[in-house]
Amino acid sequence: MAGRVELVQGNQGCARAALDAGCRFYAGYPITPSSEIAEVLAAALPGLGGVFLQMEDEIASMGAVLGASLAGCKAMTASSGPGFSLMQEHIGYAAFTEIPCVIVNVMRGGPSTGLPTSPAQGDVMQARWGTHGDHPIIVLVPASVAEVYGLTVQAFTLAERYRTPVVLLYDEVIGHVRERVTLPDAAALPLVARPRPAGPPAGYRPYAATQTGVPPMADFGSGYRFHVTGLAHDERGYPTQDAAVVARLHARLHAKLERGRDDIVSWEAAGVDDAETVVVAFGIAARAARQAMTLARARGERVGVFRPRTLWPFPDRELKDIAGRARRIVVAEMNMGQMLLEVERCVAGQAPVVPCLRADGLPLTPEDVLARLEAPARAGAIR
Amino acid sequence: MAEVFTNATQVLQGFKGVKKVSVEEYFTSGHRTCQGCESALVMRLMIKAAGPRTIVLGATGCMYVANTTYYTTPWVVPWMHTQLGSSGSAALGTAAGLKALMKKGRMKAEPINVIAFCGDGGGADMGLGAISATLTHKEYNCLILLYDNESYANTDIQASGSTPYGANTTFSPPGSVKRIMHNRWKKNTAGMLAAGHPECRYVATVDASYAVDMMNKVRKALSIGGPTFIHSFDPCPKGWDFDPMLSHELGELAVETGIFPLYEVEDGVVRHYGKTRAIAEGRPRKPVREYLLKQGRFAHFTEEDLDYFQAKVDEMWEKWEIPGVIPFWKEKRPAVPMP
Repeated sequence: MAGRVELVQGNQGCARAALDAGCRFYAGYPITPSSEIAEVLAAALPGLGGVFLQMEDEIASMGAVLGASLAGCKAMTASSGPGFSLMQEHIGYAAFTEIPCVIVNVMRGGPSTGLPTSPAQGDVMQARWGTHGDHPIIVLVPASVAEVYGLTVQAFTLAERYRTPVVLLYDEVIGHVRERVTLPDAAALPLVARPRPAGPPAGYRPYAATQTGVPPMADFGSGYRFHVTGLAHDERGYPTQDAAVVARLHARLHAKLERGRDDIVSWEAAGVDDAETVVVAFGIAARAARQAMTLARARGERVGVFRPRTLWPFPDRELKDIAGRARRIVVAEMNMGQMLLEVERCVAGQAPVVPCLRADGLPLTPEDVLARLEAPARAGAIR
Repeated sequence: MAEVFTNATQVLQGFKGVKKVSVEEYFTSGHRTCQGCESALVMRLMIKAAGPRTIVLGATGCMYVANTTYYTTPWVVPWMHTQLGSSGSAALGTAAGLKALMKKGRMKAEPINVIAFCGDGGGADMGLGAISATLTHKEYNCLILLYDNESYANTDIQASGSTPYGANTTFSPPGSVKRIMHNRWKKNTAGMLAAGHPECRYVATVDASYAVDMMNKVRKALSIGGPTFIHSFDPCPKGWDFDPMLSHELGELAVETGIFPLYEVEDGVVRHYGKTRAIAEGRPRKPVREYLLKQGRFAHFTEEDLDYFQAKVDEMWEKWEIPGVIPFWKEKRPAVPMP
């Protein structure tokens, strides 16, 4: 594949990947540390026949994204913690009404205004459980500029394939760091479009239980009757309180991502085969973990790193398998212990789980991780 | 009709000339605003006019961030940050809390000013709904002051609903193919709020280039009773790309060209004041180009763009039902093609 070697900032990489993935609609609201995504797209989209809309807040941004996606556009928005909080209701709407869209959350220190220019990984649980009600969601967590590019493209692929909102979650360091990357030839990217109806408009069911669990989605205005509501709905999209119909809807929403699990879930494992200690980390913290692993192995300690690329669905089976062979699991993350809870669930007592946490606005360092490698092994007790 | 009880307000007489202005400062050193920042001046004059028995609330924006960095604050009075969209609700909650505590005898009954400020992003965009709601709660005394520097100056100059037509922002960079990337006309925030809230007793526009007038409008807003609103026009050297020494002059030019009209709506009566009054009475306005071409954000304007901008400002004075305030036309409006 022909490549373009460039020095690219994380946020710029995200914006460029979105363009290469066919995103032609962005609605957003400025917020540090994500604004560069909007700034790049503001300059680039008009020239590509796309639309850049600045909205009055993040609620409106997500509202516009949903409208654009219904009209048939690959659509996205980007924000950081406070804006991501405001978006939650519409994210739930997107999940329930199965509107493909990509939401980028460049994490900064929180809660509230927090540390606007500092990195954090405090939105792990919010990305999964931020909305009310039950729905599955896909959350991707890149750990380098190159991966920001790749996972942004993947975010559009998964959003379109499964008719679901996809959250791209990375921290301020990944957003602002500049790295040498080889960008792939955009024309050669395997792009995916949402399933669209092929049959006659008369029988169209926008929420039909198809074999894949993902019903075809008609573009608004393409001749298919398509009724969209945030109320619980039947296969036609009409509101219902019929318990059996509502139960079927929930079951299908969960089943469609569960069925696609192996297509969605992605992770990277390094040195875990012989590891006594496995460090679980994502994003920038995973890079500190990798360096700690190199240093520890140089002095003869058998350390490995397990890095989820999809935070949700979490690569639970894979971690469970690795945990069964390890003597200790260290969870390194920049929050007060969020992924830790999920890791504890997966490890299920097979090995002690040691937290290595930092929530002070500074990135986790390899020394932080090394210090925890030597800490007494007590299951999940150190907070 | 249900009786509405409102706490007494402070009695703040207007300053009779600049020499009568009090010397005490309640917005002092300890901020990191840019050289030539008019919004910092607005904060200083606002609290000078309000005096020490005042609570100030500030929504996210540059007057929040630049005034609260690195363990310092210029605020001598109690100050609280509130979220970006909630200047109105923070003002309402604080005023209602004070009223309740005083009514129950939990704190000494005295008139305490409550001022919530917001930028144009927080006020004219995201927080508009909260301001609107507050202006309908006539039993609570509070002032919402919108400092309008016409962009999201806190996050690197993105366009807001208050950004003027055609301006170069990081969200609307002019290109070689498409010159005008921001084609929305600036919101008429003060006029909209005055017209939309018939029981709000006071709405005014101010410009710190006319400092005594500005302070006196703040004093009137705090004295009249109930929720009030002031829209302040603040030249921003960084966001508008001009030499910081021109801040004062640009503030004057915005008024003299008729782009930013100065008026107050007191108990439903509209009154133009200052140089705007002369314009409303027919005195010629300076051409808008004198104002626009002093700023880098309009450097890409062609004659066609300048003509369009001038025509829109002319409309405001010649065609509007209440010039500079209410944009209902006296006659059917012709479609104006955008360049």
